[in-house]
Amino acid sequence: MTSDLATAAILASQFLLLLGMGMAIVRMVRGPRAQDRVLALDALSIDGMLLLLTIGIRTGSILYVEAGLIIAVLGFAATAAFAKFLLRGEVIE
Amino acid sequence: MNVLATVPGWVALTIGALVLAGALLVCIGSVGLLRLDSFYRRVHAPTLGTTLGMYLVLVGTIVFFWAGEGRPALHVILIGVCVTVTTPISLMLLARAALERDRREGAAGIPAANPPETGADGGE
Amino acid sequence: MTRWLPHPWFALWLLVAWLLLQQSLAAPTIVLGIVLALVLSWALGKLGLPRVRVRSLGTLLVLLARVFADIVRSNIAVAKIIVSPWPRYTSGFVTIPLEITSPYALALLACIITATPGTIWVSHDSRRQMLLIHVLDVIDEATWIAHIKQRYEQPLLRIFR
Repeated sequence: MTSDLATAAILASQFLLLLGMGMAIVRMVRGPRAQDRVLALDALSIDGMLLLLTIGIRTGSILYVEAGLIIAVLGFAATAAFAKFLLRGEVIE
Repeated sequence: MNVLATVPGWVALTIGALVLAGALLVCIGSVGLLRLDSFYRRVHAPTLGTTLGMYLVLVGTIVFFWAGEGRPALHVILIGVCVTVTTPISLMLLARAALERDRREGAAGIPAANPPETGADGGE
Repeated sequence: MTRWLPHPWFALWLLVAWLLLQQSLAAPTIVLGIVLALVLSWALGKLGLPRVRVRSLGTLLVLLARVFADIVRSNIAVAKIIVSPWPRYTSGFVTIPLEITSPYALALLACIITATPGTIWVSHDSRRQMLLIHVLDVIDEATWIAHIKQRYEQPLLRIFR
């Protein structure tokens, strides 16, 4: 009984995280500027990483945690590279 | 199969509450990302998900693997440390890039390259 | 000591991260971790970065606890602003004159300010020692300046003197 309730809570959190990812995607498509899209992409990667952790809790598999660790590191590299490009890319133009 | 049934009931409830609270904060952060009306305001929103929201989900995950599999998944802490250290860097870079772009275009409400002693107002 | 282990904090962090990733405390893992930490921190020393000098570990721990409390508090404040149907708030840039010059203290201050929801570090003018931050809800500019200077800058000055 309590475990059903807990599972429902995890399911609800997955729904909330998916909703958050959806909103981040809307912001990414809408823009209006490049920095908004990069910010949304950063939020998207964090939300996705947390979603992986909740999947790990529901399936009891530690592998999802490892995947989350990799996304946490790679998401940063992507955002830093994009921001660097926004900062420098147009200076040359 | 219900994996959460393998841990004691109150532990399962604690995990559920922690993860749900964290996911709620992350979701509110995304709402802010969608709802706030200028870039400098939006840039504050995802920090909800990268700080307390993430910490709550991480603690829930650690408790789950500790109670369920008998071994603490302590490398979850590494996710927390990585994100805590890297998010400020990427957000700072983004804010600086946005400021440079806005200055180049001469947007309104942006402090000049050499801010005056008193400070300048932006936004509303 | 300084020649062979120029960055002891970095080496310690590498060892801890290695052990966390390996999830074991077996002797070979520890030995390999120590070797990796020593070699990598020695390689970092070759880059000629300034050394980290933590003068007061206690102050650092107090500061971290304080930052955590502030993060929790401002999470709630920002969440309220986002959720409220008709939010009334004024956001704007705040310029803060800084005293700290140590690169590590500045880096830590940048992380603290940006990690706290509601404030973000925008740019720092090292020549004029002026910091520009953006605040989501500026109630009073002077209060924010005093808040950053007293709560974060004073302890940082004591830690990285």
